[in-house]
Amino acid sequence: MKKMKMTKTAKNNFVTYFIVLIAYILVQILLKSGHMSSLMEGLLVPLCIYVMLAVSLNLTVGILGELSLGHAGFMCVGAFSGAFFSKCMDGAMPDGIRFFIALLIGAAVAGVFGIVIGIPVLRLKGDYLAIVTLAFGEIIKNLVNVLYIGKDNNGFHFSMKDSISLHLGEEGQVIVNGAQGITGTPHDASFTAGVLLIFISLFIILNLINSRDGRAIMSIRDNRIAAESTGINITKYKLMAFSISAAIAGVAGVLYAHNLSTLTALPKNFGYNMSIMILVFVVLGGIGNIRGSIISAVILTLLPELLRGLSDYRMLIYAIVLIAMMLFNWSPKAIEWKDKLKEKYFSKIPFRKEKEVK
Amino acid sequence: MKRFDKIMSLVMASAMAASLFVGCGNADTGAQADNAASEANDTATDEAAESDAGTAAADDSAAADTAASGAFKIGGIGPTTGSAAVYGVAVQNAAQLAVDEINAAGGINGVSIEFKFEDDECDAEKSVNAYNTLKDWGMQMLMGTVTSGCSVAVAEKTADDNMFQLTPSGSSVDCVKYDNAFRVCFSDPNQGAASAQYIGENSVASSVAVIYDSSDIYSSGIYEKFVSEAANQPFEIVSAEAFTADNKTDFSVQLQKAKDAGAELVFLPIYYTEASLILSQASTMGYEPIFFGCDGLDGILNVENFDTSLAEGVMLLTPFAADAEDELTKKFVTAYKEKFGDTPNQFAADAYDAIYAIKAAGEKAGITPDMDMSAMCEAMKGAMTEITLDGLTGVGMTWDASGEPNKAPKAVKITDGVYTAM
Repeated sequence: MKKMKMTKTAKNNFVTYFIVLIAYILVQILLKSGHMSSLMEGLLVPLCIYVMLAVSLNLTVGILGELSLGHAGFMCVGAFSGAFFSKCMDGAMPDGIRFFIALLIGAAVAGVFGIVIGIPVLRLKGDYLAIVTLAFGEIIKNLVNVLYIGKDNNGFHFSMKDSISLHLGEEGQVIVNGAQGITGTPHDASFTAGVLLIFISLFIILNLINSRDGRAIMSIRDNRIAAESTGINITKYKLMAFSISAAIAGVAGVLYAHNLSTLTALPKNFGYNMSIMILVFVVLGGIGNIRGSIISAVILTLLPELLRGLSDYRMLIYAIVLIAMMLFNWSPKAIEWKDKLKEKYFSKIPFRKEKEVK
Repeated sequence: MKRFDKIMSLVMASAMAASLFVGCGNADTGAQADNAASEANDTATDEAAESDAGTAAADDSAAADTAASGAFKIGGIGPTTGSAAVYGVAVQNAAQLAVDEINAAGGINGVSIEFKFEDDECDAEKSVNAYNTLKDWGMQMLMGTVTSGCSVAVAEKTADDNMFQLTPSGSSVDCVKYDNAFRVCFSDPNQGAASAQYIGENSVASSVAVIYDSSDIYSSGIYEKFVSEAANQPFEIVSAEAFTADNKTDFSVQLQKAKDAGAELVFLPIYYTEASLILSQASTMGYEPIFFGCDGLDGILNVENFDTSLAEGVMLLTPFAADAEDELTKKFVTAYKEKFGDTPNQFAADAYDAIYAIKAAGEKAGITPDMDMSAMCEAMKGAMTEITLDGLTGVGMTWDASGEPNKAPKAVKITDGVYTAM
């Protein structure tokens, strides 16, 4: 009976949750019945990570309307802070609780970075903002690469030079070893944890969008002057969206760090390439369309792995497929053609018609 | 638009589901093939048990019965695309060369080898994906991965699965943390210590400068050990300057500092591309110290547009030199050049040795293709510590249970454009 009262957005959100749930159940069935290849099994956690990244970036790009190219930087911050905590606390507390706290720490640290970076960055607009976020993302990556942190009986030691200048005692252990990063992070990430985190991120983002704050954020996107003149605190709402987006990316980073036993800040995984990759997920899925982000993140992560059969040509084919998909999804002519097609075949279906009346 | 979105999302969702099924479809066929394989092998071994024809004959018949199933499946992982592709490709080629040679000579215990190499783009995450792909293919032993970071990530997985792993060139300490993993190359600390000892014991210089790549695991690993070992040696480190992957074209600052500090020797624990730039920039500024490097410097004589006379007098510790005069190296270099049109580097030599080490250990352990992964690993683990291999990267190489190879580093000096032993 509650269903009857559901608004259109609520229904729409419900479909999004439902897709994730169905995918989860489907995967669980396949896993339990042993029909999952090792490759797919290994890809499950990365899929969750990329879905969360795409969804969180969509908050900045789609809802706040600012182009951010530094999203991998927040992921990096979250990954390193979470892994650092887990490495320090390894064995000191139960695995589940440690992982949970690591996730919270990753979210908090990335969120704080979001605010710190957001304050100067969000004064800019459009292309300028994109370039500055790109620079911040690179700064984060490079800082992590020269950071040395060790632990011994006297507490923590920090250095920006090399691990020798930490002057660790006998029992000392280097935790963050500059470019070598953090090795030996416990393997806590699981598909179930990943899906739970996706649900939580979706819950946060979808509810934010449909709240008073969310409408304020979207009004800034649509017309900044009008929003300001109705008394909306632009800085506050911009920072809110930006830091929530960063925090979720941080959580994705923690998941990433706990999935692999080695964590290094390479251009490949935390550089601007990754930021652009996440942006591609968002753009392909539709800017502002959360469900689209989920689906495109899944497809674009799976695609290079499913193309492995083509060996060295696969990155080329991947690029071509990406171009084709972009054209098919978003070129005006293709949209027109698809609309026509829909007219022809789907106009007779009753529930579609009902909508048309609206 | 809303309606369209719905349809599109339906299509996308079904595509997603379909791709999942594609994945498991492959797995199914893979599993079936494996079943068939083990059945075939079971019958083959039964026959062998019944007839006292000897194992060789049985293996032959097994190989003849099912060409695909009666073979050892060895997988390899490394970057064949991206910035580190040169190492991955070298390993892939050399390993394939070794596999072809072994197969032509009758294989391991008379059973041929199937070799498959997967790309990891030098990314730990992709490397794990590549490992899983190879596992779906039916890999029984892993020869990889090429780079250290990936190797650490994959070692975690092989340890979980108890799969035998031999990395040709993963040099960081954690690569062989677990007892199922071995390596062919020297570890980073090993090279750093060996370099410091060499410089100290032979009194090559009394003041040393270091230029290293702080963003590279290989380079910073050697550097750190070098510095700590230098404390026990009769020379002094007067300057230590780092560069990173983002600014590796101009080294005048680092060189100037080394010069001002009066360093007689500059230690370069880096790869040859940057080293060639350092050499030419040092020559431009009229600074002529002794340059000393590790195995990463191997290949410097083949850098395009590099005046090799600048490399005159450079000393390096390397396990392999492509123009060495021994029989094995000559044969390998000729075959490699013929097949791939390129001079093999040290990575290629490591991979070649890795495949032969697997062969030697496999023969020692008496493994058969129908053994399961874990049993094979247990057998190989024991056998690896018992073999002695005369390979390209060392004569009389042995391994201990820690996974580290025991071989002597060769110090060479470049004179008249060729390596000469010191």
